Amino acid sequence: MTAIGKPLDRVDGLLKVTGQARYAGEFPEERLLHGSVVSSTVAKGRVLRIDASRALALPGVVAVIDHLNRPRIASYDDAFQDDDAADGSPFRPLYNDRVLYSGQPLALVIADNLELARHAGSLVEIEYATEAFETDLLAMQEQAYASPQTPPKPRGNFQAEWSGAAVSLDLHYSTPVEHHNPMEPHASTVLYQPDGTLHIHDKTQGPQNCQAYVQKVFGLDKSQVRIFAAFVGGAFGSGLRPQYQLPLAVMASLALKRSVRVTLTRQQMFTFGYRPRTLQRLQMGAAADGRLLALGHTAIGQTSRFEDFSEHVVEWSGMLYHCDNVQLTYNLVPLDVFTPLDMRAPGAALGVIGLECAMDELACALGIDPVQLRLINYAERNQNEDKPWSSKALRECYSEGAERFGWSQRNPEPRSMRDGRQLIGWGMAGGVWEAMQMKASAKARIDGQGKLTVSSATTDIGTGTYTVMTQIAAQASGVAVEDVVFVLGDSSLPTAPLQGGSFTVSSVGTAVQQACEALTGKLLAIARQTYPVFTQAESVRFEDGQLHTGDVSVSLAQLVKDSGEDALEVQVDSEPGKKREGYSTATHSAVFVEVQVDEDLGTIKVSRVVSAIAAGRVVNPKMARSQILGGVVWGIGMALHEETQTDHQLGRFMNHSLAEYHIPVNADIGEIDVVFVEEHDEIVNALGSKGVGEIGIVGVAAAVANAIYHATGKRVREFPITLDKVL
Amino acid sequence: MSATPNGAAAQPFVSHSIRLSLNGQDRQLDVLPWTTLLDLLREQLDLVGSKKGCDHGQCGACTVLRDGKRINACLTLAVMCDGAELTTIEGLADGDQLHPMQQAFIKHDAFQCGYCTPGQICSAVGLANEGRAHDTAQIQELMSGNLCRCGAYSNIRAAIEEVLEGKP
Ligand code: FES
Ligand code: FES
Repeated sequence: MTAIGKPLDRVDGLLKVTGQARYAGEFPEERLLHGSVVSSTVAKGRVLRIDASRALALPGVVAVIDHLNRPRIASYDDAFQDDDAADGSPFRPLYNDRVLYSGQPLALVIADNLELARHAGSLVEIEYATEAFETDLLAMQEQAYASPQTPPKPRGNFQAEWSGAAVSLDLHYSTPVEHHNPMEPHASTVLYQPDGTLHIHDKTQGPQNCQAYVQKVFGLDKSQVRIFAAFVGGAFGSGLRPQYQLPLAVMASLALKRSVRVTLTRQQMFTFGYRPRTLQRLQMGAAADGRLLALGHTAIGQTSRFEDFSEHVVEWSGMLYHCDNVQLTYNLVPLDVFTPLDMRAPGAALGVIGLECAMDELACALGIDPVQLRLINYAERNQNEDKPWSSKALRECYSEGAERFGWSQRNPEPRSMRDGRQLIGWGMAGGVWEAMQMKASAKARIDGQGKLTVSSATTDIGTGTYTVMTQIAAQASGVAVEDVVFVLGDSSLPTAPLQGGSFTVSSVGTAVQQACEALTGKLLAIARQTYPVFTQAESVRFEDGQLHTGDVSVSLAQLVKDSGEDALEVQVDSEPGKKREGYSTATHSAVFVEVQVDEDLGTIKVSRVVSAIAAGRVVNPKMARSQILGGVVWGIGMALHEETQTDHQLGRFMNHSLAEYHIPVNADIGEIDVVFVEEHDEIVNALGSKGVGEIGIVGVAAAVANAIYHATGKRVREFPITLDKVL
Repeated sequence: MSATPNGAAAQPFVSHSIRLSLNGQDRQLDVLPWTTLLDLLREQLDLVGSKKGCDHGQCGACTVLRDGKRINACLTLAVMCDGAELTTIEGLADGDQLHPMQQAFIKHDAFQCGYCTPGQICSAVGLANEGRAHDTAQIQELMSGNLCRCGAYSNIRAAIEEVLEGKP
């Protein structure tokens, strides 16, 4: 029985291609009310007056809720803190008259239908007392302070080794604000139950995180709030924290004792968390033979005035290469903006840009091939933690990726390759992401028909969770894939961590595996009691929905019947394995990119990408490949397209639409070849699988930038690399 | 479910009666003059397969077929559809038999979260009807009005190519 490793089609595919999959804002109810959010047009100040009279005068407008008439909410920070909260005081929607950032929700209009709510929202007039604000990281960088989450301590003597090295570089890079922009806008549908409890369909990566939030913020009992998220139309981190449409919809529902839906507009998708702008400095010192003698990485990131958002931007520079003299610094600058939020490969997607572009610059300075330079400095241990790796097949990523790409044909000279007016460039970069594991629980239940239902309160944001958990359960129980159903997206299910950080397979997958193994234990015990042949049997196996020993077999359905119960059920709580403690665990990648740059117009096209990934055992190659494809597309977006631009005069994002916030479209994406290299790992978890949601993006933007340098001879260190910067 | 928005009765606006064929069924509907086709489908008819990603004609998530041509339902007023033959994602399959494009999307894993998918599939069927896409580059160009934030583009292409080439 080898359900694991099969390229199974998505088990939820049929629902998705027929339009039957319902997302958070798509649950109808008779007399459902619709909320429309009225957002602040100023960046900082106080609300003096909210005049909702024109809105309320419209027939069908039910209420306008603001900070003065909202239902009671908690008044301590800890009630608003969630599982992904940053240090500080979380934002409290409609709490008081303070305006903390442009786009802040200030009122919610509730009406009988969506169009009316939107129209009425436009009639709400707000008078402000404005205050001076600051939204420009560049202008405020002198005010940077150390992030409360500090990077690893310096090791060796960075300064001396850097200044004394045969080659020493001092390079500055910058990355812009980016927004998640999942295709599904954030939405919450609160279905007010006859007993006053709330059933909420929410766009989230953590139903239990949202349940706890609503419960604490509104002072409700846990049993009064149940969150559902059967389908999530992408999130990429935007659903890690409860977003403001959720408490607003709950406020309206509690105030009116009615069911309410609040869906954000695309413009409002730019009014909460985002990937923060960073300024990075890379200092590298190397011997003439390419050995890294000193590595310094300083990053400054923006945060809000109310929370210190911190992520791992610089850590990677202390672990991807062997270097004994390392200094890592990470500072924050508070601005009058909303708090940033984890976004696909948070921190790594940013820091590895600086690191891997600088490595390319170093390779050029030394006259050493970029892959060779990385091999010279290969890290056999994670020096940040001073631990060996549980497994690390990065060498194989370099070699198999290079082979597939044809890297050996590369002429290192910039501008040496062209096709008519198109300059051709080849570049590469490496990537790394932690392979974490969290506590998780799962329940497995088998009925008298031999159907297995496994459940856990995780989500499937497009990652393929439904499918891979089905495969893991099938493998662990010996039940055929067709007879397994995996249930998720419901806060009442066994505890699961947030779906993020590429740890769902590792955490929930392990729980699913253990629950199914415990269930087979129960089934075996029944067989031993019921059938003499099994009582003595030394070797048994679960396969094809049967328990076998020698030539004898009995169906699992029969065993359930033999037990005298309708069904057998087991729930397990799994913890990260003890074996992990002595090791560092990470996924790695090597990305090879070809670009074509039009010599006259400066237009850049990524024509070819090879992404070689080391992520342990792959549960479903089809779905894992899709995760990497998506990551590569994101990396290309980071390199060439994505940038949320701020008008610092108004303190507000200017390009808050999908026409002006550019993400890659079909024509931007050329050939992408994904290679999973063999990587065996018995330490990371019992599945040997590390998770692939983030690793696909890490390193891609740097590889594109390095390819652009190779094509044009021009180093662009300010991302995104738009055509004006290469001309 | 009624085809009149809740509360419309209280409004001093005149709704218009339109007739159309929707997924093979003749329908007579009363719509207000400002109601978009997308809101008609999603809010009044509970056909939520057509998605709203932007409401501004910028993402393609709302793509449906009007008389076989792909259109953005968010940029189309419902009253403009009088007499039209409309097909949404819910009407593409023939009973239990999926449309070849739907099958190809599953086979090639041409989606992840699935939110852009109904629009991609309707757009791809519209593209096939147009008969303009003869190579990969043309498919890429002509499918670029449909954004996919999950980045399933190369798989979307593979699915469309398979259907256009008529290979199973
Ligand atoms: S919703 Fe119609 S194009 Fe985006
Ligand atoms: S599948 Fe998620 S946006 Fe395309």
